[in-house]
Amino acid sequence: MSFQWSSSVQTVCQYCKSILVRTDVDLQKVGQVADLPPDSSPIQLMTEGQFGTHSFVVAGRIIYEYEQGAWNEWRFVMNDGTDGWLSDAQDEYVVTFRSTVLDLPKEKEAKLGMIYQWNNVRYMVTSRTLAHYRGVEGELPFQYWDKTDVVFIDLKSDHGDFATLDYSDGDPVLYTGKAVDFDDLRLTNVRKFEGW
Amino acid sequence: MVLSGPKKEIPATAVRSITCPGCGGSVTIRSFGKAVNVVCGSCHSVLDAQDPQVKILQKFKDAIRHDPLLPLGSRGKIRGVVYETIGFQHRQIEADGQIYGWGEYLLFNPYQGFRYMTEFDGHWNFVAPLRSLPQAQAPGTESDRYYLNERYKHFQTAVAKTTFVLGEFPWQVRVGETVEVTDYVCPPRVLSAEVSADKEINWSLGEYMTGADVWKAFGLKDAPPAAAGVYENQPSPFGGQPRKTWKYCFILLALATAVWIYNAGMADNKQVFTESYVFDPAASEAAFVTSTFNLDGPDANVKIETMAAIDNKWIYLNYALVNEESGTAYDFGREVSYYHGYDDGESWSEGSSRDSVTLPKIPSGKYFLRIEPEGDSKLGRINYSVTVIHDVPNSLWFLIAAPLILVPAIFSTWRSISFEHRRWQESDHATSSSSSASSSDGDDSDDDS
Repeated sequence: MSFQWSSSVQTVCQYCKSILVRTDVDLQKVGQVADLPPDSSPIQLMTEGQFGTHSFVVAGRIIYEYEQGAWNEWRFVMNDGTDGWLSDAQDEYVVTFRSTVLDLPKEKEAKLGMIYQWNNVRYMVTSRTLAHYRGVEGELPFQYWDKTDVVFIDLKSDHGDFATLDYSDGDPVLYTGKAVDFDDLRLTNVRKFEGW
Repeated sequence: MVLSGPKKEIPATAVRSITCPGCGGSVTIRSFGKAVNVVCGSCHSVLDAQDPQVKILQKFKDAIRHDPLLPLGSRGKIRGVVYETIGFQHRQIEADGQIYGWGEYLLFNPYQGFRYMTEFDGHWNFVAPLRSLPQAQAPGTESDRYYLNERYKHFQTAVAKTTFVLGEFPWQVRVGETVEVTDYVCPPRVLSAEVSADKEINWSLGEYMTGADVWKAFGLKDAPPAAAGVYENQPSPFGGQPRKTWKYCFILLALATAVWIYNAGMADNKQVFTESYVFDPAASEAAFVTSTFNLDGPDANVKIETMAAIDNKWIYLNYALVNEESGTAYDFGREVSYYHGYDDGESWSEGSSRDSVTLPKIPSGKYFLRIEPEGDSKLGRINYSVTVIHDVPNSLWFLIAAPLILVPAIFSTWRSISFEHRRWQESDHATSSSSSASSSDGDDSDDDS
C-alpha cells in the first residue's frame, strides 16, 4: 500500500477494503468498509477538474445516507496541494474548503432561518440533515471510519455562497465555498452511464 | 501539476429493472442509484427504490389517473443539455373554491442532475433548483423577492397537494402530501418557494416555454395543447412594445413639428390686398371688380379674409379670383353671418363676423377679385372689408396629424395594460379596479432593460 498524496492520513485498500491509517511510524489497519451502494455519481476516484484557476484530482470520498437518498463528499487535492471537498447531492455540486473561523454555533442553536456572518458573507441556515455514515473510499486527509449518525447544517447566501457546519466530531467544523455548475468544473475521467 | 494515477476501467453504470411486489410488473429505474421512490406503471404503488426488497410505501386508491403529456422515458434537449423524463406528478391547489391542477415532470441527466418541467393549461415552464437565496429588500416591497438584482413580484401563495404520481423520484413522494408554494414573477421567469412541513424551503427558478418549444425540444408529434388565458409568468407579447412605439411616435411627431415650423418660417405670409366696402342691398347692380394685385414667387396658397359689420345679420359674397392675363377664374362663395340673443335664461350666439378661406396652389401672376354681394334688403347697408394674403403658413394638416401620430402608441399601451391586467387577475392581488394592472404597467416600461 502506498499513499499518493502527502496530506493523506487514511486510505482504503481497493482490493480488500481494509481501512489503513498512517501514524508517525507505521501503517495500521483500523477497520473494513462494507460494500458500497451502487454508484450513480458521475464523479469517481481520479476524476480531474478545474476550480477557479486550479486543477484538481479526486483522491477519496465519504458516503452518507439520509432519508432522501445518498450523497458523496469527494475529497480532492489541488495542484497547489490544497485539500478541498466536492459534494454531490443528487447531482447538485458544491465545492468547499475547510474554514479557520472559530466561535461556531452549537448544533442545537443553528435552527432553520438563522443568519450567521463569516468572512463578510451572510449565510442563512437552509437545511439540517441527520446523515448516516455509509462508507469511505480512497485517501482522506483525516481519520474517518468509525461513524454512525452525523448532523450537517447547510447554509446559503444570496450570491451562491455555500457553507456546511459538520458536527461529526462533536465540535463544529465549518466548510465554506460555492455552488457550482457541472460544466464549470470541466471534469474529465468521469463515470459512464449506459445509454448516455 | 495534476496527479494522474492508473485509471481503472469501471464498467458503465447500467439501467436496471425491479419487480413490483404489488402486481409483479416490471419497473424500470432510469436515474440509476438516485431513485428513492419509484411508482409502478401498472398498479401505481409507490415503491422504495433503495430497499433491496422493494417495499410498497403506498398503494394507489384514487380513481383519477392523469396521463403525462411528456411520456416517461422520452428525451428532450433544453439549453443544449439532453434530459430524460423520469417522473410525473399531478398537483393541485384550491383558490376561491376552484381547483386548479397542473403537471410536473421530473427531468434527469446523469451528469447535470435534475430539472423540472411544469404544465398548466398549455403553459410550460422549465425549472431548475436555485443555488442562492432570493432576498426581500426594499421597504414597501416586503412581499416581493430580489434575485440577481431583479425584482420578482409576489403572485400567489397556496397549498399544493400531490394527487397523482408516476415514475421515479430522488426523494420521498406520496399521493396526498402537501407543501406551501409561493410564486414570485418577473416574466418570463418565476421564482418558487416550496415550504415543507419541517419548514425547509426549496427555491427554484422557472422560465416560460411555449408548448411548441417543448414539443420541438422533445421531438413530439401532433400539436401541443393550446395555451388558455394569460399565465403568471407568460412574457407579454406587448412587453417592450409600448416603449418602442412611443419612441417611434415621438420621432415622427418631432419630424412633423419640424416640417410644420420650417414651412411656417418659409411662408411669405404677405398681405397683397385690402379694401373696405359698403353693400347697399337696395342698389341694382352689386357686382364690381377690385384693383389688381401681384402674387409673386412660386405657386402658393391664397387666403381671402372677409370681415363684415353684422349684428344679427347676414351677407353672402360671390367671389372670383381672376388672373388678369389668362382670364382663369377661381369661383367661390362665402356667407358671413352673426346672430346672438338671450332665451330661456341663456345667452347664445351663432356664426361670426369674420370669415376666411384658403385657396391652394394658385399660380403666380397679376390678379383681381370680382365680388358680388347678396343680402336681404330689409337689413340695410352693411360695411365689410376684404383682405388677400399670399402664401400663408398651413397648420391644419399638423393639427390633424399630431394626435393621429400618437394613436398607435396609446393603443399599444392600452393593449399592454390589459394583458397585465389579465395576468394579475389570476393572482392573490386581483382587483376589480385597474390598480393592479396599472402598478404592473409601471414595471412594464422597464421591460427591455
